[in-house]
Amino acid sequence: MAATATGIHHRSYSSELSLRATKAEYFRLGLMVVVLLVVPFVLDNYWLSIANTILIAVIGAVGLNILVGYTGQISLGQGGFLAVGAYTSVIISDRMGLPVPVAIALAVLMTAAVGTFFGLPGLRLKGLYLAIATLASQQIIEFVIRRWGWLTEDQGFIDVERLEVAGFRVERTLFEQQWYWILLAFAVLTVLTARNLFRTGLGRSFMAVRDQDIAAEAIGVNLARAKLTAFAVSSGFVGLAGALTAHYTEIVTWERFTLDVSILYLAMIIVGGLGSIAGAVYGAIFMTLLPVLIREAATSIRDVAPFLASQLPAVQNAVFGLTIIVFLIVEPRGLDRIWQRIKDYVRFWPFRY
Amino acid sequence: MLTRAYQHSLNGSHLPSGRPLLEVDHISLFFGGVTALKDVAFTVTEGHVHAVIGPNGAGKSSLLNCISGLYHPQEGQIRLHTADAPHEDGTHGKVHTHALTSLPPHRIARLGVARSFQNIELFSHLTVLDNLMLGRHIHMRHSVLTSMLWFGPARRQEIAHRQLVEEVIDLLQLQAFRNKPVGSLAYGIQKRVELGRALCLQPALLLLDEPMAGMNAEEKEDMARYVLDVHELAGVSVVLIEHDMNVVMDISDRVSVLDFGKLIADGTPDEVKADPAVIEAYLGAEEEDDEVKEALRRQTRHVEEEHRG
Repeated sequence: MAATATGIHHRSYSSELSLRATKAEYFRLGLMVVVLLVVPFVLDNYWLSIANTILIAVIGAVGLNILVGYTGQISLGQGGFLAVGAYTSVIISDRMGLPVPVAIALAVLMTAAVGTFFGLPGLRLKGLYLAIATLASQQIIEFVIRRWGWLTEDQGFIDVERLEVAGFRVERTLFEQQWYWILLAFAVLTVLTARNLFRTGLGRSFMAVRDQDIAAEAIGVNLARAKLTAFAVSSGFVGLAGALTAHYTEIVTWERFTLDVSILYLAMIIVGGLGSIAGAVYGAIFMTLLPVLIREAATSIRDVAPFLASQLPAVQNAVFGLTIIVFLIVEPRGLDRIWQRIKDYVRFWPFRY
Repeated sequence: MLTRAYQHSLNGSHLPSGRPLLEVDHISLFFGGVTALKDVAFTVTEGHVHAVIGPNGAGKSSLLNCISGLYHPQEGQIRLHTADAPHEDGTHGKVHTHALTSLPPHRIARLGVARSFQNIELFSHLTVLDNLMLGRHIHMRHSVLTSMLWFGPARRQEIAHRQLVEEVIDLLQLQAFRNKPVGSLAYGIQKRVELGRALCLQPALLLLDEPMAGMNAEEKEDMARYVLDVHELAGVSVVLIEHDMNVVMDISDRVSVLDFGKLIADGTPDEVKADPAVIEAYLGAEEEDDEVKEALRRQTRHVEEEHRG
């Protein structure tokens, strides 16, 4: 049983609908804002690049969680949808010469459309069968970006131009800092809009489809429309993540969008917490930092255990797998639930429950 | 009787009382070689509590599933009559007839047919409030952009619909459970939440599939009271499947009896109780079930005395 904040007496529905009510919640929000603002001034470029990778992962993970965690439609097509966003945005901006913001917006729409198309099997299939169908979408998109020469002008990769928007050009010396602000803005926007979605009727209808699809139909939810909308919204966010990856890393190749990426994102939302926006954020942070921290640890104890450093990729893979197994057994509801339990412990203290 | 003024009418039907609301017109439903329903026909009248009874496997739930569109009968037709809102001068609105057998479940819900399920089918991870708000789904507008923006239309809509939901919470006394996940609630409460969710649709017709199954006498009485409240205070027409004969005879205006997929009787509770075919089918042969039959006779006498007195 979760602890509820006492002494909060809402006097209107609008105050009850607000996301934060207690002083502690506002304090935590303030602390988070301060940390996010200070980060680019204290971290060096290496750690800032990791922060930027996390911010992109947050957008992608929130998008995937809308589909998998909230609507219950398992998807293995994440990598493919990221690719659609990346290729679309870069082709529109660099080759057609449209401004990057327009290109990103079109990439979002394009990915939403492609996601909706590949969501069509979801109207007939559930669970594992749908997972296999989305696996097919991953393979199809991967095949297309590898073999369709037009996409990369037969180079096999696209060299993306340095980001330039309305006269503003990202500087070489401040590259990571400036990208941090851009990506932070998109990530915050993603988290806020996704959070809003699930306090309205539309988001609730997604959860209804997940929990009990027959009852959802009986109360008037159009299952086909709800599922396809979920695919569209989710893919839209994923497409945004893909487009940002392309412009940030300044190179687009098919190797970045393989099935491994799909599985990494699934791991993020499982470890973070299925059906939770905060969980997707925690998962994105955790799964991006995990291999980095393992590398740091392995190098720092190189003298004691040299095999850890020499076999680093294998160690990283093993820990990756182990982490997912441990989470599935110990706390299937992920980091988000663990954080809730910590908060409950503090609130109930000195009592146990 | 009312403790507060209810601002919303929970009855979604504008049909004048006493008019036919739902016509089940000789439907037959087969699953492969199994006949679930054979040539079943009856009419539900606006303003009535209409009970459907019958032994286990008689086809009661199949019938309800046909009405709400989860099953499509191979033969026959189910028609729902709806009316536009009354004109300002008090005359009744135009009446429309809808063929339900060709519609998917969500379209039927949109016409105002709400239901509960025999085995509770709530959204178990969501709170009572969210479950009830989902009952408002058909009355809300759902746009991706306004939902993501939250401030503006989406927020206004949430607040507006919350008011009706709170009235349902009051009516069914669910105040204490508002923010609890339904999966964590007791069985009886979950049954009540399911009734509430159906009620939030502002239904023209409420289909209840064994709302009192698995309850003790006290819980049954409570539930019967809530169903009556829904019927009398809110004015909603109800189709009720129930096994408890006392409950059925007490609260329904009309009873249809199914046996092996066939309609064997249809009438007022008194008529049905006196029907030899019902006694035969429902209670078995005379020598087998003397006790139950005797109990039914006693009750018939009791009702007759009541009518005389």
